Amino acid sequence: MTPLLQVKNIKKLYGARIGCTDVTFDLYPGEVMGIVGESGSGKSTLLNSLAGHLAPDCGEVIFDTRANGPVDTVTMSEPERRMLARTDWAFVHQHARDGLRMSVSAGGNIGERLMAVGDRHYGSIRERAADWLGRVEISENRIDDRPSAFSGGMQQRLQIARNLVTGPRLVFMDEPTGGLDVSVQARLLDLLRGLVREMGLSAIIVTHDLAVVRLLADRLMVMKDGRVVETGLTDQVLDDPQHSYTQLLVSSVLQV
Amino acid sequence: MIELNNVSKSFILHNQGGAVIPVMQNATLCLKPGECVGLTGVSGAGKSTLMRVIYGNYLAASGSVVVGGVDVAKAEPREILALRRETLGYVSQFLRVVPRVPTLDVVAEPLLAVGTPVGQARDKAASLLAQLNIQERLWGLSPTTFSGGEQQRVNIARGFAYDYPAMLLDEPTASLDAQNRATVLGLIETAKARGAAIIGIFHDESARAQVCDRFVDVSAFSPKAAA
Repeated sequence: MTPLLQVKNIKKLYGARIGCTDVTFDLYPGEVMGIVGESGSGKSTLLNSLAGHLAPDCGEVIFDTRANGPVDTVTMSEPERRMLARTDWAFVHQHARDGLRMSVSAGGNIGERLMAVGDRHYGSIRERAADWLGRVEISENRIDDRPSAFSGGMQQRLQIARNLVTGPRLVFMDEPTGGLDVSVQARLLDLLRGLVREMGLSAIIVTHDLAVVRLLADRLMVMKDGRVVETGLTDQVLDDPQHSYTQLLVSSVLQV
Repeated sequence: MIELNNVSKSFILHNQGGAVIPVMQNATLCLKPGECVGLTGVSGAGKSTLMRVIYGNYLAASGSVVVGGVDVAKAEPREILALRRETLGYVSQFLRVVPRVPTLDVVAEPLLAVGTPVGQARDKAASLLAQLNIQERLWGLSPTTFSGGEQQRVNIARGFAYDYPAMLLDEPTASLDAQNRATVLGLIETAKARGAAIIGIFHDESARAQVCDRFVDVSAFSPKAAA
């Protein structure tokens, strides 16, 4: 089986400071990988470098495209990368405001991605937008409301609907449940798990919440000071951590 | 079906002065399909540790742990995940679920994971829950609010939903009343009859004697005994 994403020696420097370095891994179709680490460990830098939001200083990010097979997205032309970002990739931001157009209706937010890939029929776009609002448990009668009139949890769910409507194969998520209260978080996790299973998505999830990765991720990568210190099966890394930093991280979780 | 060769395991606690705690040495075990082995030994002897090493939950320090042709000690995460999906089931002592998911779906999940149609998976889940005396009015609720015994039965139903060729059972009959215990032992016997290789921990002696073909005392694998 060809990996969906092959990451080789990714390095991103901020001046002389290390953002992240020596990151190498393969992600296979249907796999969900979690990246954990404390703030400043380079996990968001890594995610942004992979998703093409930041240009890495060296390394390759090879994606198995539908049309041409494995292609390095770092050296790909900007239009090609943008096309990929609109179709096969999706990026769920930590703050829904960064991923939504706040002055456009909820339906318009979802429809925009469809129009970006060539959909033009108003009726069918609206129908699919309504369908997706339902899937993320937002009432259909809110379709013409702006996201600014939504609660934080609803905005986050709308962002997910907007991202998944084009049927991406790879989803990048930066703290998808950060800042949400626990009841909304549980609902969102359940939703994400269902979508991953039904659509066969691959996902890379950055979070500092170990409970979230235990429920969502198959694999885990632990980062510290810009480097990967441990990788493995999620429950193995959490139940039998090998590296001293991972042990510290796991033993620092508060029991409820 | 399950073959362990010279497996050892130690924990290194980096944050507690780098203390090294060896817990297992030269563990060797071989199971044929349709066989049920009971692990014995005092509390703390390493029964659950051995199970977790087989499930890939704990990383074996050396040796090989081959289940259905895959060496868990060396396999890639995705190979272990495929193994857990299709070959190796594990009923732990505790139920761990996503909050808010209805019991029926919790039980049906292993079937959905291997691509069973939703209706069929739910039917199987419903029949298992009924067998294990979980009232039908609870099926639509999340098991997180259930009593300890009910949670355990939901956990067992989930573990037996899909017909795994190999199973690990960590105290499946603890804290169950006589009737439910008989049902669980029945499920184990049915699984054996269809050829599943089972490793179990049973504290209840009569249960142990009823389903196990032989016993392995894990204290033989403890480093002190070997030294």
